[in-house]
Amino acid sequence: MGTLEREAVVVTGARRGRFSFLVDREEWLGPLMIGPAVLYIVLVVGFPFFLALFYSVSSVTAGSRTLEFVGLKNFIGVVGTTKFQTSLKNTFIFAFVSQAVVIVLATVLALALLKDFKGKWVVRFLILLPWVAPISLGTIGWLWILDSIYSVINWTLEALGLISPETWPMWLGIPHLAMGSVITVHVWRLLPLATVILLGGLSSIPADIHDAAAVDGASFWRHLFQITMPLVRPIMLVALLFGLVFAFTDMIVIFVLTRGGPYDTTQVLASLAFFTGIQGGDLAEGAAIALFLFPLLLAAAIVFLRIARRAEVT
Amino acid sequence: MATVETRDIRKHFGDVRAVDGVDLSTQEGELLVLLGPSGCGKTTLLRMIAGLEKPTGGQILIGGQVVNELPPRDRKIAMVFQSYALYPHMTVFNNIAFPLKAQGVPKEAIPQKVEWAASLFGIERLVHRKPRELSGGERQRVALARALVREPAVFLFDEPLSNLDAKLRASARDELKQFQRRIGTTSIYVTHDQVEAMGLGDRIAVMQLGKVRQIGTAQDVYDEPADTFVGAFLGSPPMNLVERDDHILGFRPEQFFPREAFGHADRVVTLPFRVTRVEYLGADRLLYGILGSPFPEAKVVAKLPWTITAPVEPGERYSFAVHEKELKFFDKATGLRTGPRPI
Repeated sequence: MGTLEREAVVVTGARRGRFSFLVDREEWLGPLMIGPAVLYIVLVVGFPFFLALFYSVSSVTAGSRTLEFVGLKNFIGVVGTTKFQTSLKNTFIFAFVSQAVVIVLATVLALALLKDFKGKWVVRFLILLPWVAPISLGTIGWLWILDSIYSVINWTLEALGLISPETWPMWLGIPHLAMGSVITVHVWRLLPLATVILLGGLSSIPADIHDAAAVDGASFWRHLFQITMPLVRPIMLVALLFGLVFAFTDMIVIFVLTRGGPYDTTQVLASLAFFTGIQGGDLAEGAAIALFLFPLLLAAAIVFLRIARRAEVT
Repeated sequence: MATVETRDIRKHFGDVRAVDGVDLSTQEGELLVLLGPSGCGKTTLLRMIAGLEKPTGGQILIGGQVVNELPPRDRKIAMVFQSYALYPHMTVFNNIAFPLKAQGVPKEAIPQKVEWAASLFGIERLVHRKPRELSGGERQRVALARALVREPAVFLFDEPLSNLDAKLRASARDELKQFQRRIGTTSIYVTHDQVEAMGLGDRIAVMQLGKVRQIGTAQDVYDEPADTFVGAFLGSPPMNLVERDDHILGFRPEQFFPREAFGHADRVVTLPFRVTRVEYLGADRLLYGILGSPFPEAKVVAKLPWTITAPVEPGERYSFAVHEKELKFFDKATGLRTGPRPI
């Protein structure tokens, strides 16, 4: 063995020595690598969650130093209020309508993006843009688009002669229009993610299956509803699950656009929890509102994931 | 029942000429095999006939009618795919029933037809299963039943046996042939496996680089290859090709024997053969070696059946011979077959 070779062996030996106790021992390496993730989840997700659970059965308020266990009093107290009932109803409308629209539009978009055409990457980029842009920034843009005086939509409609200054729609000021507006913006924001998820699902269907359906004589609709949709369903359910949980628990769009108004017609549980607990200072009641839908969402998540797992894709 | 005809059919992908002016015409009820190495355009040609690929130029006729502009569903064809392409979310019953429903066959008539197709392939007891619960051979039968159930005018097969293991492939090939004979529907069958092609095809179209090099029965293409490509592509090991002056001399390894194996009256051409390696394969022996003068030093192979027991040792020179009528001559420039030349 030459000197050089011997040196090389010594060097690699030393290097191996320094790391071997970690690299070679799975009982150390595994926990070490997963450790940061566990720590992150415990601190940022777990701790606040259990704190909220605890708050919801206590009498805590912002600024108070005492705190008592009050059982389900917060829940029972809040459920009877009109504000809560309206918000609950709005939450369901907001979540289900927006997700229904998202799934339909995302399917159409994903089917279109599956085809080859010129400038496809530009279209893909544009569709992904709302997802990449900061949500609050995008929503503030929408605030201007829907503004009562500067709304580009209204100015355009008026320029086209479709509306007159007397019939300008107040997009965020009239109950049904406001709900429609927040749903529209929420759809705009969630559409990219759902499209990308569905695109992944669609492109995982073997091309042969589509060819077989074409040769077997399937029309466009039969092909779509009997072949493509059933095969993409497990992945569509995942997209739907994400979207629903997101719509049930998120409030940025509503907070920026309407703050729950006019007259609570766009108030949802997430925003109500924020206004009650953080701005109103009643931490206990805020926590109770925030946690109200937790059992339902958990159950929905379990059911969806089970369906998705059971659905077969070869 | 119908025949399929292509007239100067072409398909270009950019600069690549996948199919480059193919003229083919099937006969009524025959099984025509498209045979060639991968990338020769055989699958593209089949997909154009099916309507899954749009030709760059030329015409496709099914039953005498130009079908270029017709979608697959209006071409009265059925296709069996290499992957079988069964619908994974449907039961076998629904898989077979799918083309019937798509064609608008009355609901009451469907179960009876599905049963008929399933019984032809002996899969009646599997109709309630999903494709993932079936073996490879069973899936293949389901794919065949699904193709058959609508009683198409033409069957298209895209390497339907290549996903089966070797043992099953032999029996599946036999069944497929019997099935095609019984129903007598014109079929086009794509494969890269020459044994499959020769065993199944009434006629074989040998393809290379998007063109049909030769079309004929198994015997035609094997015994009378039209050019060096066909000669070298068919046969295992392939035909020996020896360049000589302005032509190429071709002879098959299994017709290249020790001189003693021929009778004295036989008209043979003797070639000096230096053996470099011997492979014993049970039924045959493969001898690899080099020709000696007056022939150019070319690598050739001899395949001796077990009936020829003459001892052969690597490194030794032997006198081998080929029947005069088994020698083929090809033009050196074009590779095309020419008349006999003096040896």
